[in-house]
Amino acid sequence: MSDVLALTWRQYRLERKMFWRNPSAAFFNFVLPLLFLALFGAVFAGSQTDLNVIVPGIAGMSVMTTTFVALAMNMVFLREQGVLKRLRGTPLPSGAYLAGLAAHALTNTALQLSIVIGVGALLFGVGLPEEWFMLAVFVGAGVVAFAALGVALSHAIPNFDSAPAYVNAIFLPVIVLSGVFYDANHAPTFLRDIAQALPLTHLVDGLSAAIVTGAPFADHVSDLVVILLWGTLGVVLAVRGFTWEARRG
Amino acid sequence: MESAPAILVRDLHKSYGEVHAVQGIDFEVARGEVFGLLGPNGAGKTTTVEVLEGYRERTSGIVSVLGHDPSSRPRALRERVGIVLQSSGTYRHVTVRELVTHWAGLYRAPRDVDEVIGRAGLRECEDVRARRLSGGQARRLDFALALVGDPELIFLDEPTTGFDPAARRAAWETIRALADLGKTVLLTTHYLDEAQALCDRVAIVKDGRILAVGAPSQLGVGASSRYRVSWRTERGELVARETDDPTALLHQLTSAALARDVGVRDLSVTRPSLEDVYLELTASGEAAGGKAAW
Repeated sequence: MSDVLALTWRQYRLERKMFWRNPSAAFFNFVLPLLFLALFGAVFAGSQTDLNVIVPGIAGMSVMTTTFVALAMNMVFLREQGVLKRLRGTPLPSGAYLAGLAAHALTNTALQLSIVIGVGALLFGVGLPEEWFMLAVFVGAGVVAFAALGVALSHAIPNFDSAPAYVNAIFLPVIVLSGVFYDANHAPTFLRDIAQALPLTHLVDGLSAAIVTGAPFADHVSDLVVILLWGTLGVVLAVRGFTWEARRG
Repeated sequence: MESAPAILVRDLHKSYGEVHAVQGIDFEVARGEVFGLLGPNGAGKTTTVEVLEGYRERTSGIVSVLGHDPSSRPRALRERVGIVLQSSGTYRHVTVRELVTHWAGLYRAPRDVDEVIGRAGLRECEDVRARRLSGGQARRLDFALALVGDPELIFLDEPTTGFDPAARRAAWETIRALADLGKTVLLTTHYLDEAQALCDRVAIVKDGRILAVGAPSQLGVGASSRYRVSWRTERGELVARETDDPTALLHQLTSAALARDVGVRDLSVTRPSLEDVYLELTASGEAAGGKAAW
């Protein structure tokens, strides 16, 4: 067991090292959400109500970029390059490998959220989170769900050239529908119904409660349940469809 | 235990749907032996090796690798096996040294990283990131990553395909060095000269079957092979004849010559080269298939 932990740690260290050496990946993960935050912050400047929506919204989006988007792209690339197949031939237990990847994604999420929440508190008058425990629970559930869904999506992507198209075809509608940029309650009913089925809507709700309103956890248990249901689906699909090498032909 | 073969394959079959990639293969590889699967593309070499490596489930048959069934991929087996795949990339943003060091950490008893880098001929590019390596360097990195866990058995799937002659010679030296370390090596190739240069024994594979097995120098001696007797006639014509029994032919030739008191010029008796056998067997796979038993 200690051996598996040591291997997880090695994998985590390698992932961190590689992440910082690949500027485009780092850019997509860190700069894009911040750019959105700055743009919408400028648009909504003066309206605290809107700023109170945009900060948890971007926070939720950050969870999705650092896990779902990053893992879907990365898994397709590693599979196509044959890295996964090569790793499979070593004694590295797959659990240690995936745990290393997950810890790496969680670190990125934590860094990203610290920046978003920090900017929200310092520049946008949103204040520091009211409910740290609730924040941690929702971020944890969100990371697990979106990481699993990202790995699951990677199974459906035929090759790396098409990966951005597949990922964005899901990511962009989801962030718009889920109320990252506006209060989802103000959307037309049919959009609201779709949004209610999406995990990001509920993650943003939970983060909004934890960061802005300080609403009690009990009011948001249903949000957590929806995220965890998606997470369960994601884990099942991620594990069942997992392949170590690209399909032939 | 030491006398047990490193690899044992009995009546191995592997089908992908309707395609029968491997149709009943038998062979054994002794410990310390360099064994080659030689055959044209699509013969089933890679499928066979990937069953042994644990990447594919066999359809039927018995397979034992270092005493383990590879299909369950036991970690104890993965500790003792090194794999060079036909083509596989690696992490692009880390250096050769970082990669070899990381890989060493995946094994319980790795070799020394410095020694492996030197042995694989990567000294001059050890601080180069993997994505900047040349094709030959990338292949040497594959060798290094397969060797650093100090495996007993190394699989090499077409180790030099696509190489220029100099890079091939360099790769051969590396493979010979593995054999000198006492490693058991199973390699696939579609190059005859490669099989001849590296292998203690070769199995010629075509259409999912083994057509012949033996030492490269001995492969010509089998049942399907013939002696080739050639000589120059008195009119200066070079004649060659193939026969299963050269003794009788030679007797006829020489007694006829002696009777007329002339010599037999340019007389030679040759056994078919590995190339002849290979071409004969792989060109007429259907005909040769009938003799697959030996």
